[in-house]
Amino acid sequence: MGSLWRMKSYLRPYSGRLTAIWLTSFTGIAIGIAIPLVGKQIVNGPVARGDTGALFPLALLALALGAVEALFVLVRRWLLADAVIGLETAIRDDLYRHLQRLPMSFHGAWQSGQLLSRVTTDLSTIRRFLGFGMLFLVLITVQITAVTVLLFQMYWPLGLLVAGSAVPVVVVSMRFEKGYIAISRQVQDEQGDLATVVEESAGGIRTIKAFGRGGHVFDVFDDGARKVYRTSMEKVRLSARFFTFLEVVPNLTLALVLLLGALAVGSDRLLPGDLMAFTVLMLQLVWPISSLGFILAMAQEAMTAADRVAEVLDTDPDIVGGAKAIDRPRGHLRFEGVEFRFPGAAEPVLRDVWLEVRPGETVAVVGATGSGKTTLTSLVPRLHDVTAGRVTIDGRDVRDLPLPVLRSLVATAFEEPTLFSMSVRENLALGRPDATDEEIEAAIEVAQAGFVHGLPWGLATRIGEQGMSLSGGQRQRLALARAVLSRPKILVLDDTLSALDVETEALVEEALRRVLRDATGIVVAHRASTVLLADRVALLLDGTVAHVGRHHELMAAVPEYRALLSAGLDADDADDDADDGLDDDLDGLDAEGALR
Amino acid sequence: MSGQTTTQGTQDWRGVAAEDRDEVPEQVSFLLRDRSRRLLADLLRPYRRRIALLVAVIVVCNAASLAIPLLVQVGIDSGIPPMRAGEGPGTLLAVVAAALAAAVTQAATRQAFLTMAGRIGQGIILELRRRVFRHFQRLSLSFHEDYTSGRVVSRLTSDIDAISEMLQSGFDSLVTAVLTLAGTAVLLLVLDVHLGLVALLPLPVLLLFTRWFRRQSSIAYRRTRETVALVIVHFVESMTGMRAVQAFRGERRNQEIFSRLNADYRDANIRSMRLIAVFMPGVKLIGNVTIAAVLFYGGWLAIDGQVTVGVLTAFLLYLRQFYEPMQEISQFYNTFQSAGAALEKLSGVLEERPAVAEPREPAALERPRGRLRFDGVEFSYLDGTPVLPRLDLTVPAGQVVALVGATGAGKTTLAKLVARFYDPGAGRVLLDGVDLRDLSEDALRRAVVLVTQENFLFTGSIADNIRFGRPGADADEVAAAARAVGAHGFVSALPDGYDTQVGKQGGRLSAGQRQLVAFARAFLADPAVLILDEATSSLDVPGERLVQRAMRTILTDRTALIIAHRLSTVEIADRVLVMDGGRIVEDGPPARLIAEAGRFAGLHRAWLDSISHRGPGGAPDLQESPGRN
Repeated sequence: MGSLWRMKSYLRPYSGRLTAIWLTSFTGIAIGIAIPLVGKQIVNGPVARGDTGALFPLALLALALGAVEALFVLVRRWLLADAVIGLETAIRDDLYRHLQRLPMSFHGAWQSGQLLSRVTTDLSTIRRFLGFGMLFLVLITVQITAVTVLLFQMYWPLGLLVAGSAVPVVVVSMRFEKGYIAISRQVQDEQGDLATVVEESAGGIRTIKAFGRGGHVFDVFDDGARKVYRTSMEKVRLSARFFTFLEVVPNLTLALVLLLGALAVGSDRLLPGDLMAFTVLMLQLVWPISSLGFILAMAQEAMTAADRVAEVLDTDPDIVGGAKAIDRPRGHLRFEGVEFRFPGAAEPVLRDVWLEVRPGETVAVVGATGSGKTTLTSLVPRLHDVTAGRVTIDGRDVRDLPLPVLRSLVATAFEEPTLFSMSVRENLALGRPDATDEEIEAAIEVAQAGFVHGLPWGLATRIGEQGMSLSGGQRQRLALARAVLSRPKILVLDDTLSALDVETEALVEEALRRVLRDATGIVVAHRASTVLLADRVALLLDGTVAHVGRHHELMAAVPEYRALLSAGLDADDADDDADDGLDDDLDGLDAEGALR
Repeated sequence: MSGQTTTQGTQDWRGVAAEDRDEVPEQVSFLLRDRSRRLLADLLRPYRRRIALLVAVIVVCNAASLAIPLLVQVGIDSGIPPMRAGEGPGTLLAVVAAALAAAVTQAATRQAFLTMAGRIGQGIILELRRRVFRHFQRLSLSFHEDYTSGRVVSRLTSDIDAISEMLQSGFDSLVTAVLTLAGTAVLLLVLDVHLGLVALLPLPVLLLFTRWFRRQSSIAYRRTRETVALVIVHFVESMTGMRAVQAFRGERRNQEIFSRLNADYRDANIRSMRLIAVFMPGVKLIGNVTIAAVLFYGGWLAIDGQVTVGVLTAFLLYLRQFYEPMQEISQFYNTFQSAGAALEKLSGVLEERPAVAEPREPAALERPRGRLRFDGVEFSYLDGTPVLPRLDLTVPAGQVVALVGATGAGKTTLAKLVARFYDPGAGRVLLDGVDLRDLSEDALRRAVVLVTQENFLFTGSIADNIRFGRPGADADEVAAAARAVGAHGFVSALPDGYDTQVGKQGGRLSAGQRQLVAFARAFLADPAVLILDEATSSLDVPGERLVQRAMRTILTDRTALIIAHRLSTVEIADRVLVMDGGRIVEDGPPARLIAEAGRFAGLHRAWLDSISHRGPGGAPDLQESPGRN
């Protein structure tokens, strides 16, 4: 309840409109009740007495009331649209802003689908309740009370009957709504599973075709589809029972009202006009009474939704910037006794890492898969924070710098490049929205990404999921161009060239050399050719920098380094069960031999 | 809130893309194309009898429902006077009994209707799902490459959902509303012609008003869908790409874009809510005016004794249920609209014919040996660009052939022709002397397997994924296959061994491990011809070494075509084909080609340079504007 109450503060800018909404709503109810009473007056008065003159003003009154009621509904709905949509939009904006401030440790733990359901489904649930549910809850309660009181006044046995018939309806609709939500979720989950099968069958169509397993995949899909069918049928039966119940109760009540009412009229305890008004008013209650259950269940839903939204909003970003500045940054990078441990992990990924990269120097980081190379580079722009030790730039702890300053000093080209469904230009200029055409062109040149000019609309072509699809190598080159374009003091290349073919890789490296002359560079590499971009190499072993030196020194002196970097031939592997069946004529390929 | 300029700004950063081909023009929903109508008729055919029964049930249900206010009238008009005259409540009791019976009948038929309609609807959805899925599986790869997996997914999810939504809520409401409307109109006229005419007088106004609303709301609805789709795409992309966003300080720009999209969505939402804000009270106004008119005219007639109080009451009760269904029908208009569009798209898909067709009378291929022959094969893309101008090639059974050449040289096309992902434009591809087009799908897939560079892993355990190569294989055979390609080591080191779940699309395994699982799968399938689109670029050196070793095992005793990206592969090949512009420009054992100082020798030298740590020497000879396509 607390979380939901808090969301209400988003309605504050609309307090004037809300007052108007409440006023028109209450008046609307009163009018809704008044119209049948005018009808009663007509039957009991002019009709009973045969007084034609009194009929006209009463009919005019009914007309005026009817017009005003419609007008008030219009005003209420019109104003409500502004307020509730405004509320939803404001919360969504705030959520997005907050999510952007939360660190990678948060984003690593949450799937984007979970976050998406919070900004869409949960927000609409909250909107529906705060916008309609809460209003109707109050209105309906008032309406039911008022009409029931009125019915009691007109003829109390009938009033009692109507009030009594409301109880089972409210109880059953609440219970139904809960069951319905549960089974709807189940259907949704099963449909989600089915969607996964569809996604995989579409994505893996080549594999399926290659092995001729269409039949097998169809069976898997069919199982899932039948499951959805069965659960959906359960849902159908549940709602069929419920909606029938919802209609049968008022109909039965109406029959009983007729019986008791007619008996009462027959014995002159009730006027004919009263009986007419009574039946009309009673039927007016059918919808509010059955909605009451829904709205109560909706309130519970909204509370859960608000809790889920608050869960995100209440997560404090644990990576926040400092206030110190570097006057003239040179890009002198040092890792000083750095340790990093993922939250909840027993063993640190990195421990006691000492490494210095001087301005203008480039250091390659080499290590086996999973040795923490990427984690090490992510500590510099504080995508993660060290758990012990510190990382400094020009002697300043990176945690003392404002985040925007720090992240403009460091740019990373990631191995798995992220492209957004936007234009090529927007993608490249992510780090520098103000980049000029010349600068963009130069970055494209360095990354050998000239292919963008061949796209249908050049730099304006939309790429990413919703646009042109690009190959892995093309994507990597764009990521590289993006990093180069932001003109960092420290450029991190996280195995950026892995998807390029040999020829392009050579051209890119050639151009990168020029860029790296003016920047401090860290290059994560698993190929000798990439290592050669660097002045020195740091070898990561068991989570720490075990050796630092020049490439050929490490090649000669460190067997682990050799194992990681010499070309993929078994013969090089010192402790390998070497394949003796290697053809003689392949000796010429022995890279180690070539070096010796 | 200038909607236009915001939209303009939006397009700016989004960039330009080809128009979404799936958009179906407006005004299709009720006038479906032939193919959609045929599909619909086809889907409904098995339910003909039940639909007839359904119609009967719903008519009874509505009659019972409409009878109740009528009975109230009879009760008031004919039940009360006898009591006043001291004749006892006999008539009244009969009327009340009838009303109770009507209520019970209405309930029973209503429940029967809802359940039956639900069963038919769900049955149709199940059948549609199965049909479309099976059809997608049957369609050729050339179709899938053009159509993209995203669109396949939306056909089978959101489009089916739209139809399902219509069948679940829209259909029921429409039928009920139409019957109520018609039944009520008739009853009003029967009760009293004059008063009935007065009550029905505003109906044309109401219909016009509803039509206006329907048009407006379908525009508003479309706009809401468009804007929310943009919000979702941008949100999901910025969340999944948060690392890049934060590393490049894209937060502010992103917030700008998001707020703008969010505001567009808000405007679209407000517009659609305001439309309802006008429509709902509009209907109410028409209803209220009618009630006032009925009260006035009915009162007038009552004074003259031409109508009774009971009739007046019945009118007020009927009018209440007369105008409300109108609101509902309009609400469901959008549901019908999108279901119609979805049906159009689905029937379009079902109309596609597979480009690679099954033979009428498949040739027998008992024990494939794996001799391949290309006999004057030509192939060009749909747009006419030739990929293979003319190719003649024979590969003896058991030979390992490496295909080398720049991107676009035709290596992959050659491989896909052997796997019959496509058929050649001219000439024949023969396996053991049999044209591939004469082989049944099953026989072909038993003989030829292509392992792509995608190494697609399906949700499930590692064992499930290996078993994909031969679904009947037992645990021992799975382990044997893994052992053969050198995957047993890492698999048994995992916490659950072969039962380890691979996670979404193999996310929990490294690239090298995924490749080994894919190899084990191919090994288990044991084809006579194996085609490997070798892609070791994303592997580190130890990983590549593992894969190289595995390749040697799985190539033993079969014909193999390997698309070699890194030249380390040629060491295991018996023969190298260098391709350029769809032609084979060099052909021979690797050692001989290296000695001959041709293109391959140049490539080979460049490759040696790249791995021998001297840094890249001169640019390799075989280089044609790399990476451009």
